Amino acid sequence: MSSQNFIYEAKGECLVIHLPKELDHHNCRNLRYETDLILAEHYISKIIFDFSRTEFMDSSGIGVLLSRYKQMDRSGGRVVLYGVGTQIERILAIGGVLRLAETCSTKEAAIKLERSRTWK
Amino acid sequence: MSRVEERERETFRQEDKSKGDGGNWMKMEFESVSENEELARVVAAVFASRLNPTLEEMDDIKTAVSEAVTNAIRHGYREKVGSIVMEMQLEASCFQVTVSDTGVGIADIKKAMEPMYTSDPEGESAGMGFSFMEAFMDTLEVDSVPGKGTRVTMTKAIGRQNL
Repeated sequence: MSSQNFIYEAKGECLVIHLPKELDHHNCRNLRYETDLILAEHYISKIIFDFSRTEFMDSSGIGVLLSRYKQMDRSGGRVVLYGVGTQIERILAIGGVLRLAETCSTKEAAIKLERSRTWK
Repeated sequence: MSRVEERERETFRQEDKSKGDGGNWMKMEFESVSENEELARVVAAVFASRLNPTLEEMDDIKTAVSEAVTNAIRHGYREKVGSIVMEMQLEASCFQVTVSDTGVGIADIKKAMEPMYTSDPEGESAGMGFSFMEAFMDTLEVDSVPGKGTRVTMTKAIGRQNL
């Protein structure tokens, strides 16, 4: 069952969310509630989504990403994605997320990218 | 289902038998719970695999079916438990799927199909369900009667790149 759960990892001001294998309406249900709890308790200026385990996503996943993007944008934060495969990339492009969030190949690159941007 | 449709279906089944290559039609009914979104798209993908689709075509079908079933659960039944019927058929190299519910129905189909329209702007919904179905399938048809239910029919030609 662990492949269906979200794993949250806080690294300073970065919140890394390791997404499950399938990102649909069913699996997205807890994400909003859980991230809201974390954002209320910690100062987070960037959310990093890890897609490396994710093989399927539909528009419910786009809804989650867009709402987190808007939330970060309002507070001057950023959203970065990494580990995006071919199928997910098509969905992200059609859903308009690729225009808003940056993508990296690894977690380290995603965290680094965030830092350099913050210090500008 | 109307009598005419019932008859058409019967004719289809008989044609199938006469050809001697059965297995071109299926129907499944399931509860409108979100766990079944995955079930529906996996069944659709396995059924469509008989047309020997590419991985991309298979993903398109999975996404479109997931959107249609999610709509039935979220909007048709408003997260209450009802029944969803999914019917599929393969004809030549064309895949067709119909997802029907007997939920609240859609009063203004044109508005519901507008990109970014959502009946729940405060929620996590992107309002892209119908846009995704249109983007990933060749045809999309939505029939709905308020108070009676909604039926979404989609088709996709498989294996065009092999021609």
